[in-house]
Formats: sequence, structure tokens, C-alpha cells
Amino acid sequence: MFADFASTILAAGVLTLLLALGALVLSSVLGLVLAYGRLSRRRWLVRLIQTFNFVIRGIPDLVLMLLVFYSLPAAINQFLEWSGSGLWVEFSPFWAGMVTLGVIFSAYMSETFKSGLQNIPRGQIEAAEAYGLHPWRIFWRITLPQLARLALPGFTNNWLVMVKATALVSLLGLQDVMFRAKGAAEATGQPFTYYLVAGGFYLAVTLASTFGLLALARQLEQTNHAGRT
Amino acid sequence: MNWDVVIENLGLYAEGTWLTVRLSLISLAIAFLLALPLAFLRNSRSPALRWSVIAYTTVFRGTPLLVQLFLVYFGLAQFELLRSTILWPWLSSPLFCALLVFVLNSAAYTTEIFAGGLRAIPKGEIEAAQAYGFTPLRAAWRIFIPGMLSRTLPVYGNEMIMLMHATSLASTVTLMEITGVARNITLNYYIQLEPYVAAAIIYLTLSAVLVAAVQLAERRFAGFLRPGR
Repeated sequence: MFADFASTILAAGVLTLLLALGALVLSSVLGLVLAYGRLSRRRWLVRLIQTFNFVIRGIPDLVLMLLVFYSLPAAINQFLEWSGSGLWVEFSPFWAGMVTLGVIFSAYMSETFKSGLQNIPRGQIEAAEAYGLHPWRIFWRITLPQLARLALPGFTNNWLVMVKATALVSLLGLQDVMFRAKGAAEATGQPFTYYLVAGGFYLAVTLASTFGLLALARQLEQTNHAGRT
Repeated sequence: MNWDVVIENLGLYAEGTWLTVRLSLISLAIAFLLALPLAFLRNSRSPALRWSVIAYTTVFRGTPLLVQLFLVYFGLAQFELLRSTILWPWLSSPLFCALLVFVLNSAAYTTEIFAGGLRAIPKGEIEAAQAYGFTPLRAAWRIFIPGMLSRTLPVYGNEMIMLMHATSLASTVTLMEITGVARNITLNYYIQLEPYVAAAIIYLTLSAVLVAAVQLAERRFAGFLRPGR
């Protein structure tokens, strides 16, 4: 019986990881855009992004999730009703959770990327510009490889926090590891056992990520040094 | 818009805010006191001491807070033996379980923050203390702890905000803090938007106050670490 329930819980790990990876991609892309925005010369843009970061980081993840999953559709539906269209929207827990986590962590990622970008010597970009490299090419060949190395510790940390934050999406009804653990706990009357299985899953993911990204950091460090000698 | 509902229930929000503040302050205070000695043990020369602290911080930082909370609040009921002890009235109380989990969780993060701060203290300060013949206790009190606290203040400030946000999970074990109050109002009045927005505004205000307090403390206690002096 234990094996059955435990494997049901762990099978949902695919969903948890998919959610986390989707949110990671979203937060990285959005975070990079925000980081460039923060470094722009337009005052209003910098202010706007600072305000966004403050609001996102000033509200608990759980409350933001409830706002996106329950409040946002309610507001949209109020508007739809008022405008007289017969439409009705409802979000799926998976997409609401992924977008919310993606947006929340884009604020954290933007801070990580911003300090990474600031640590790339300005002369390198200027040299590339002087050679007439296209801005995209400068980004791919000069900025991104160095940013990957400089931002990796912060990136790793954000990823670890995000994997754990996916557990909150179970409260919206997503059948992830945490949700299945709750189901098994209630069905068997052995909550400790099955929450421990869930905890073990998250611990395994965070430990594997820590070691994997550490190895990656070492490799990036080496290639950078090899290029310099 | 149904802001009347929020205004009618302002009293509940006030009580919820008071509970959030109490949960945060009590957890932070106890976690702080636990983390002080643990940070020293984390850097201890004895592998057994060092690794037991590392094991503790790894487990509590590597699993979601929600799992930890459910393990303690729902999980412990699995053990018949525990239910017959004098501890049971405490361990079956949601308030005690939430506090216990918040303390253990925050102490794990704080220990790592403080241990990092201890490692950042310049060797010369320690040697100076030894040269003056400070007893270990006096050196800890006059050199290590102040040096560690002033160096980790910004990061510790972040941890304080993170914990204040984490108390929103107490709503999942029936506690009526800010999120719990908001959730209850949405269920009682069938409105989804305004109660959560109100909760978000309260959290944002609390976060802003905390950020301002940390910045003030930083200027007062850690000014000497600022560059350019």
C-alpha cells in the first residue's frame, strides 16, 4: 500500500517540475527585460520597474496566487458582465500558478541580472560596438556568456526558492506532489508518512539542483579562464 | 465594487494584522536567539557539530514551508504514543504548531546568514581580541556578534520580510491572520476581488514599514561598512 501511494505522489513530480521549469523560463525572460529596463536612461521606466519590484516583493506569494487565481477572473467577469458580453473566464490552476510564479520571480531575477549586467566591463561592449557588431550579436557573444557566469549564484538561489514555492499551487487545486500527499494522508490516516515522502521529493530536487548548478558554475569558471590564457 | 464588505469587516482585518504581527515577531525573536549559537556551531572546527547544523539547515531550507507545517500540524497525529503525552494539547494547537514551524524554518535560514557574517569578519579583529586577552565569551559578545550583525543586516532584513510573508501560510491551518481573514470573507460573501486586494495592501504596508526600519538600522549600526568613507 505504501508503495502505491508513494509512487502516486512521486508521479506528480513531473507536474511539479514542469510547473517550476515553465515559471523559470518565464521569470528569466521577463527578468532580463526588466533588468535592461532598470539600467535604461529613461527615469520613468526605472521608477516603474522599481515600483513593480517593490509591490511584488512586498506581498506574500500565497496572496499573489490567490489574487491571480480568484480575484483576477472575478474582476474580468465583472467587466464582461457589465459590458454585456455573455463570456465567462476561469483560469486553470496550472497556468495561473505558472504565470504567477513567473511574474513573482521575474522581480527577483531582475535584481540578480541587473547586478550581473553591471559587472560586465563597459569597455567590452564599447569595443564590440566599435567593431560594428549588431546589438543582438553583442548580446549573444559578449553579454550573455558573462552574465551566465556572474548571475549563476543568484539564479540558483531563485530556482531553489521557486521549486519550493510550487507547493503553494496545490492550495489552488493543482494535483502536484503536495496535493497527492494530502490525498494519500487523508486516505490512509498516515499523514506524517506521506508528507515526509513529499518533503523527500522537494529535498531531492533542491539537493540535485544545488550540486548540478555548482558543477555548471565550476565549468563556466573554467571556460572563462581558458579563454583568457 | 464591494468595498463596503471590506469596510464592514475592518475590525477582522485589524485582528488579523495583529495576529500576523505577533506570529512574525515571536517567531523572529526566538529564531534569532536560536541562530546565534547555531551560527557559531555551523563554523565549528568539530566536524560532528558542524555537520549536524548543516544537516538541520539543509533539510529546513530544502523543503517547502507548507510541507513542514503540514508534517507538524497534521502529521504528528499519526503517532498514538504522542497523543497520550502531556505535550499533545500543545502539539494539537494550530497556533503552537505554526509558531514551532516558523521558528525552526527561520532559524535555519538565519543560522546560514549569520554563519556567513561570522566568516566575513576580518581576521585582524579576532587577533586583536586575542591579543587583548579577551575570554571567548567576551570576544563573542564584543567582536563576533556585533561584527556579524552589522555585516548581515541587509540580508537579515530580507529574511524578516520573508518570514512575515511566510506567516500567510498559517491560514492553511485555520489561523485567522490577514490571509485567513481575507479567505473567510471571500467565502462568506461570495466576492473574490476586494478581500484579497485589501490583504495585499496590508502586507505591502507592513513590508514597507519593515524595509524602512531595516534601512534606518543599517544607517545607524552599519554605516561604517558603506563604501566611500
